[in-house]
Amino acid sequence: MKSVIVNGVQKSFKANKGSVQALKEISFDVEQGELFGLIGPDGAGKTTLFRILTTLMIADSGSASVDGFDVVKDFKAIRKRVGYMPGRFSLYQDLSVEENLSFFATLFDTTIEENYDLVKDIYIQIEKFKHRKAGALSGGMKQKLALCCALIHKPSVLFLDEPTTGVDAVSRQEFWELLRQLQKQNITIVVSTPYMDEASLCDRVALIQQGSLLDIDTPKGIMNKLGKPLWSVRASDMYVLMKELKSMYEVFSCYPFGQEHHVIFHNDGQSILEIETALKKKGIADAQFKRTEPTIEDSFMKLMNK
Amino acid sequence: MKQFIFFIRKEFFHLWRDKKTLFILFGLPVAQILIFGFALTNEVKNTRIAILDNSKDETTNAIIRQLNASRYFDIVRDIKSDHELEAAFREGKIRMAVVFPTQFQYLLLHTNRAAVQLVTDATDPNVANTLANYATAIVMDYQSSMKGHQDLPYTINTELRMLYNPQMKGSYNFVPGVMAMVLMLVCAMMTSISIVREKEMGTMEVILVSPIVPIRVVIAKMVPYFLLSAVNIASILLLSFYVLEVPIQGNLALLVGECLFFTITVLALGLLISSVADSQQTAMLISLMGLFLPTIMLSGFMFPVENMPVPLQVVSNLVPAKWFYYIVKGIMIKGLGFEFVWKETLILAGMTLFFMVVSIRKFKTRLE
Repeated sequence: MKSVIVNGVQKSFKANKGSVQALKEISFDVEQGELFGLIGPDGAGKTTLFRILTTLMIADSGSASVDGFDVVKDFKAIRKRVGYMPGRFSLYQDLSVEENLSFFATLFDTTIEENYDLVKDIYIQIEKFKHRKAGALSGGMKQKLALCCALIHKPSVLFLDEPTTGVDAVSRQEFWELLRQLQKQNITIVVSTPYMDEASLCDRVALIQQGSLLDIDTPKGIMNKLGKPLWSVRASDMYVLMKELKSMYEVFSCYPFGQEHHVIFHNDGQSILEIETALKKKGIADAQFKRTEPTIEDSFMKLMNK
Repeated sequence: MKQFIFFIRKEFFHLWRDKKTLFILFGLPVAQILIFGFALTNEVKNTRIAILDNSKDETTNAIIRQLNASRYFDIVRDIKSDHELEAAFREGKIRMAVVFPTQFQYLLLHTNRAAVQLVTDATDPNVANTLANYATAIVMDYQSSMKGHQDLPYTINTELRMLYNPQMKGSYNFVPGVMAMVLMLVCAMMTSISIVREKEMGTMEVILVSPIVPIRVVIAKMVPYFLLSAVNIASILLLSFYVLEVPIQGNLALLVGECLFFTITVLALGLLISSVADSQQTAMLISLMGLFLPTIMLSGFMFPVENMPVPLQVVSNLVPAKWFYYIVKGIMIKGLGFEFVWKETLILAGMTLFFMVVSIRKFKTRLE
């Protein structure tokens, strides 16, 4: 059974002049028990999509359903069965950890004790701070508390909007491990993130950019879609290197990637030696090319350039 | 029900943990009552005046003694010339001077006609007027006591009686006004701010995605503010009764009942504001401009409604505080019973119902 079905959803907002289209004809679906990632930069439309799925907004056109319930008609049924964790920290800063959790339990007419085993693994990590005010927690702790609050009523679908934004690397990793654990309890998880490296931790990902879906596939599938071998290159003057590479007709695409530039060639890099000599002629003597494994980000860059 | 009690408990936590705001909410009515009672009074007390007595006879002495005996005036010094008089006014040492012409007693007894000149500093016309009235009253008083034993035909004496407030105390007037003001501030502004805060902090977003009817969470917010207002009403009444010595003429239970009822009206108003505003600043501005100012200006507490231009008089009918002010003044100072204020109470009830219905209908179940 499909947990989430999105069909041709469009949404635009009024801006100061005219309107901005936040979502353009988005369609996808999520299997039950799947960990589904929505990957895209800030402003891609991720939050809008989450708000439509959690019944907080109504799409201009198209339809969507969660757990078989229509997001507009049956919004009350959906609000009973989903867990939602908004992008920014939305708990009470002046209430303690325990008070926050019991408030959200009460909101869903349940108690902490009733569903304790579901949140136990997460709650144990913050239990020693249970009398501390939520506002005084660290970023990672806040996110764990927010996750507990979203889980306390045993939702069948969990929507997490950028849960790891602004959280340190170690906490991010811990958070993803928690999601993997939850998945075993047969909870469908839809998670959005601007971090490409997190995409590989999902079962399937959808790449979203300026309101359109670029691709939906497994992380491996998306990486393989690059189709051509990927090269990384370093030199002392990276800026000139980029400029020269971009002017060569053999180069299909070239973009900065961390400390290096990633390059894809039309002929898959068979003429790498000639290119090195050509660069030398132009004054770049220390360009070093290396074959490298593609990441989701590389596929994303390729899809974006289409 | 258990759920609802839990929500109320949560609101108490919010309120209790914000110690600074809590202090202001409890301190505000006390401060306002004391400021209005002692500092901002338009009564005239112990005003410095000067006497220029060009006659120095028995009658002038008697009048001066009476002026001096009154609690309104302090005679600063005797002035010997017009020139000195002018200087004293200019330096602001005196607010009024009483000038007796030469041969005052002689003229009074022989021509039946003598004039006293009252010179006032009219930079503040209201005070000048009041001073002149007081002085005239004292002179008239002396005059009537003088001719008390003679039966002069055709004398008309005006006799003034100040009903309900024989001592003309200003505090009678503002206690109901301060009550309306404080309730507006505590209930309307604070509830609307605390509801809008949930929207601003994003917690409303999470509450919306839950099976609860969100208006329940909002109504739970009103309970602590209702109790807080009850405490404030009690402290205002106690202070005005024991410290400012304003008597409570009417039924105390009726008075408290009407106050609590008005609290509900104002809470409904706060709810209405919160359904329109989406940031705490907006909520605060709407409360201040849209509620606080009309409460002060149009309720009749600062300026009598009868003196306003007709359009403003019509507008003042829309200000809930106007009706509340009328009710409290009636019960507290005139000692009226419910049969005299039920119409005003009904108007307030209508307004409350209207605010409730509009805000519940306007309450959004989604983000847009």
